[in-house]
Amino acid sequence: MASDSLSSGALSSTQNSSASNMALGTQAADDMSRSFAMTSKLDAVIAWGRRNSMWPLPYGTACCGIELMSVMGPRYDLARFGAEVVRFSPRQSDLLVVAGTITEKMAPILVRIYEQMLEPKYVISMGACASSGGFYRAYHVLQGADKVIPVDVYVPGCPPTPEAVLDGIMTLQKMIKDHTPRPWKDNWKNPYEQA
Amino acid sequence: MSKLENLKQDLAGRFNIQNYDFSNAIGDDVLVLPKGDIVPVLKHFRDTGRFDFLMDVCGVDWPKREKRFDVVYHLFSSKDGSRLRVKVPLAEGESIESVIGVWKGADWFEREAYDMFGIRFDNHPNLRKILTHHQFVGHPLRKDYEADAQQHCDSVLPVHFDNVDGQRGDVLNENLVPLNIGPSHPAMHGTLRVMAELDGETIVRANPEIGYLHRCFEKMAETHPYNQVIPYTDRLNYCSAPANNVGYCKAVERVLNVEIPPRAQAMRVILCELSRVIDHIIAVGTGALDLGALTTFFHMFTYREKVYTLFERLCGARLTVSMTRVGGMAQDAPEGWFDEVLEFCREMNLAIDEVSRLILDNKIFVKRTMGVAPVSAQDAIAWGFTGPMLRATGVNVDLRKTKPYYGYDALDFDVPVGTNGDIYDRYLVRIEEMRQSIRIIQQVCKNVPGGDYTIRDKGIVLPEKKDVYGNIEGLMNHFMLVIKGLRPPVGEVYDATEAPNGELGFYLISDGSANPYRLKVRPPCFAVYQSFSSVVKGWQLADAIATVASMNLIAGELDR
Repeated sequence: MASDSLSSGALSSTQNSSASNMALGTQAADDMSRSFAMTSKLDAVIAWGRRNSMWPLPYGTACCGIELMSVMGPRYDLARFGAEVVRFSPRQSDLLVVAGTITEKMAPILVRIYEQMLEPKYVISMGACASSGGFYRAYHVLQGADKVIPVDVYVPGCPPTPEAVLDGIMTLQKMIKDHTPRPWKDNWKNPYEQA
Repeated sequence: MSKLENLKQDLAGRFNIQNYDFSNAIGDDVLVLPKGDIVPVLKHFRDTGRFDFLMDVCGVDWPKREKRFDVVYHLFSSKDGSRLRVKVPLAEGESIESVIGVWKGADWFEREAYDMFGIRFDNHPNLRKILTHHQFVGHPLRKDYEADAQQHCDSVLPVHFDNVDGQRGDVLNENLVPLNIGPSHPAMHGTLRVMAELDGETIVRANPEIGYLHRCFEKMAETHPYNQVIPYTDRLNYCSAPANNVGYCKAVERVLNVEIPPRAQAMRVILCELSRVIDHIIAVGTGALDLGALTTFFHMFTYREKVYTLFERLCGARLTVSMTRVGGMAQDAPEGWFDEVLEFCREMNLAIDEVSRLILDNKIFVKRTMGVAPVSAQDAIAWGFTGPMLRATGVNVDLRKTKPYYGYDALDFDVPVGTNGDIYDRYLVRIEEMRQSIRIIQQVCKNVPGGDYTIRDKGIVLPEKKDVYGNIEGLMNHFMLVIKGLRPPVGEVYDATEAPNGELGFYLISDGSANPYRLKVRPPCFAVYQSFSSVVKGWQLADAIATVASMNLIAGELDR
């Protein structure tokens, strides 16, 4: 799978550079094509590396945290997707898995953890509570983690089955591969800062 | 002479009982007192040994009444399993003396009543919020607080401690190192937070902060019909969801005064014991994980997955099964299910032997846990410990024996107890309890009663789908029950089951409407965790981590 994506990335950039060859001088085009090809290829390599070695930070607060253990556990084995290195330090991880209800009391801490993570960083919201507050339309429950941090992939379920979580992770891998634009993340501001 | 008469005579000579009201509500004795007498009466009960446990303190709001609040104390006697509910009516603005001097376990329960209702307890040293965040205004369980009125929190609570003996909790000692652990910390299981003050590695002060998973269960229960509360109960102790379903439905069935059929009872026993096994798998697995032993966790999780498969076969869900209904079960077990359970039991027995060799005989594990942070039996009772934590101290109290339900009295099983109350004993008790649970499941599975899996009262249980679609009577019954709702008669009950963590109590008040008027959960690990600061005092930081793990704190039921 890895070699496929690498070669296809290189192929598409070669086509681009041959198109620009005609418009520009030979020397300049040669330099440019080399740099274009290199840039694109590096992107592909980096994306390949990123998506196959995600280090998750399991922010398991509730029931979903127990299902997340199953995802890590022997039967579903997240290691198959290159994401078995669980790190509880936000500085060592690049995938925040919000697994469980985020309460109003917890929200400032979640934001702080998210801010401490280094770029590039991704967020999966696992389960109904993290995605929307779930069936807790209640006075102390944040109505979705995306009220305070940018979420890339939502996994439905209460709790989601481990297969659904794996699907969420594969979706994120595809997003990284395709360089999917993430305006929700680019436009994100810390909701507590201006207050 | 009834227990209530006996109680009346006992109090008659000592107190002015003309102002007291003795009654019996659905099998529970109830005593209503004026507020001035609460401390001496409870002290009398404790000193004479009539009731040795204070299980729960909670508030109830009656906005239309002249005295708006009830403060309700649930007492329990481990000798004969009898219970007494003591109520004190209180007007708004009135305060009541704290009973923390009689049972120190009243500490967090009173704080919760203050947080939820604004009831003030005089002479409580730390009467501050416990579940809601520090910027929260108002008292959410009052009837005039809207269930979905959210209040945002934009800062983190600073490090602080409990006030003790003239020492202010919010003033930190400059010579000591303050340390904040959690709530996002691997050893804090997601939502616990411990603030500690260290002298080197030794803990001088520690203060657990909870409420990071306060999901308003009790308010949600008040705004949902009886059967719709069942999925919420799943998410109390999510490590053993079916045990909560059973506990809740049992309480509602007592208010309704119905007896569920033998087959439903047998299925509930199997579900409860399976959930005890998987709860202890998590407790033992993550406990060892926190001490650095990863193998136990991964190995034990294989067997948890096997139980998930059994649950999936039974109802389609893995973790939060919502398998019970008021009046019985949601559906019958599929063919061959009981044989599969027996097959699992056979495998599990071998796995338990393996895990006990893996950790109980492991030198590192023994050194880290044996003799560490012990709790005496006396303290455990005063704190309101129940379940494995209590039995590890040597006190033999198990509701399945003391107050048997669902035919537990006919089953042959032992209740393991520890001797020292240290961390090692807690794991010892849990691992032995898994063996006993397997014994129970085997006995029940080999002899499952036939018959229906639910009662067929059309005012309580929905008709089967074939009747709803097949005949007009079924359709009407279905329509009526959905539109009108399940309406138990006016009344109140405190009903407890032996959940994996200890006594899981549901105090249910019905006002005859389709929603519970008040549903108070008595979570077992809430009472356990309040002892944390005094248990770990003087021990090292690493021992505190081991202690948190051994208490098996499940945030869902701790914070609700």
